Amino acid sequence: MDSVLQSLAEPLHYAFFQRSLLAALIVGVLCACTGSYLLVQRMALLGDAIGHSLLVGLAIAFAMGGSLFVGALVSGLVSAAAIDFIRARSPLKEDAAMGIVLSAFFALGIVLITLVQKDNKIDLNHFLFGNLLAVTGGDLWDTGLAALLVLGAIALCYKELHFYTFDRLGAQAAGLPVRWLDWGLTTAIAITIVASMKAVGVVLVLALLITPPATAYLLVPRLHQMMGLGALLGCFSSLTGLYLSYFFNLPSGPAIVLVASGLFVLALLFSPRQGLLIASGRSSVADASEGDRPAS
Amino acid sequence: MTFGTSAIHIHHLNAAYRSVRALQDVSLLIQPGRLTGIVGPNGAGKSTLLKAMLGLLPNAVGSICYDDRPLQQQLERVAYVPQRSQVDFDYPATVWDVVLMGRTRKTGWFRSFSAASRRAAQAALERVGLWDLRDRPIGQLSGGQQQRAFLARSIAQEADIFCFDEPFVGVDRRNEAILFELFGELARDGKVVLVVNHDLGESIAHFDDLILLNRQLVAAGDRAMVLNDLNLQRAYGGQVRFFQEAA
Repeated sequence: MDSVLQSLAEPLHYAFFQRSLLAALIVGVLCACTGSYLLVQRMALLGDAIGHSLLVGLAIAFAMGGSLFVGALVSGLVSAAAIDFIRARSPLKEDAAMGIVLSAFFALGIVLITLVQKDNKIDLNHFLFGNLLAVTGGDLWDTGLAALLVLGAIALCYKELHFYTFDRLGAQAAGLPVRWLDWGLTTAIAITIVASMKAVGVVLVLALLITPPATAYLLVPRLHQMMGLGALLGCFSSLTGLYLSYFFNLPSGPAIVLVASGLFVLALLFSPRQGLLIASGRSSVADASEGDRPAS
Repeated sequence: MTFGTSAIHIHHLNAAYRSVRALQDVSLLIQPGRLTGIVGPNGAGKSTLLKAMLGLLPNAVGSICYDDRPLQQQLERVAYVPQRSQVDFDYPATVWDVVLMGRTRKTGWFRSFSAASRRAAQAALERVGLWDLRDRPIGQLSGGQQQRAFLARSIAQEADIFCFDEPFVGVDRRNEAILFELFGELARDGKVVLVVNHDLGESIAHFDDLILLNRQLVAAGDRAMVLNDLNLQRAYGGQVRFFQEAA
């Protein structure tokens, strides 16, 4: 036992591992909280679309010598605006709009990166899959600040967001500024993705946004519980994934995502409320809500 | 019978979905203290009327006044319960969470719910008879109980104007009777109570006033006056006759 603890404590002596660990925990909490909103809004793909579109901003910011963080954030928001525009002004639905914008921005990003790369070498892999073990002090500072901003905003506007995500029309009728809340939430998601980019990369950030809250959703009935448990699961996945990455020389992002996915499968099979293997003797949510509803 | 509170005045309200006109030049008066039903055939613009009044449609023009001020500038006085198809009942919220949402505007930004808000939510839940089910996920209630939970939310809101869009869809007879009883109580308290109802069956007798629509206003006012053969013909069978006559 002692030797296990010793080997777990061993990497903590390195400053780089401490930084990675802190970044992983921050990202775990942050993604679970904003991801819960993506999940209940049925907007999981929006995270994917924003994630892939960041490449454009990164390339431009890199070429111009600006802040990568700001560049990525701006292109994330532009892509969300483009999705919103297509959805509002054409008969196309949201999923088609996201598919189009996602691929267009991703393609443009790859083209721009290739052009920029003629002068400077950029490793596209870091962007796509992240590298927690290479997180710098500056990165950690950025990520922490972003997390503070987003989590603070969610805490302050929790009840408005709760009302609006549950019953948008009712909230609008009561006079809540739903368009502002739309954009507030989209911005929070964009900031979350940019802040997590370094750790897990844009392809895998979706897993941290969706999987821990989805796991929690199977286990607890209320939104704030889903965020809390999701954050715990996110942290556990980050922590375990990071150690696996350190000891077995695995890429850190995928290791974290695999742990999170494993937890999800466990909840899917064994959740007391909705587990597939606990199904006998349990009336499903859908059955109960059918109740006295006639065909309408 | 105005109980000293004012009516809603609607003047020349027009609404459209994309290029399809859904409501044409509707002008009417909605009295407080009376349970008012909005009736008409499918696609008559019943829900559209509610949504247009509350500013939920981008393409609506017209004047809607309450207390001599535009209604849309005093939305905190409105409680609106949308059609059940507009609500995601798999959302992770308990009955208690849903009812507390009614206190969001009263509480104000950046603050958490006060003890007074919790008391209001509790009183509302007791009034609709769901206090014992407060910790249930909203999705695990029956259709009728869900509507009562939403009614409790609007009661907790302490609004002056109550709007319910098709509250009886998916609701059994017993719950329908409970809902009508509570709607009637709100009306007797001097509130404006508007209920969209697609059913012209016996339940229609619960309403004091009716607004009969078919894209245009057919008739509005006391139930007995609105429900005559000519009006019903104009609302439900009028278009067919019109085209026959024109041809």
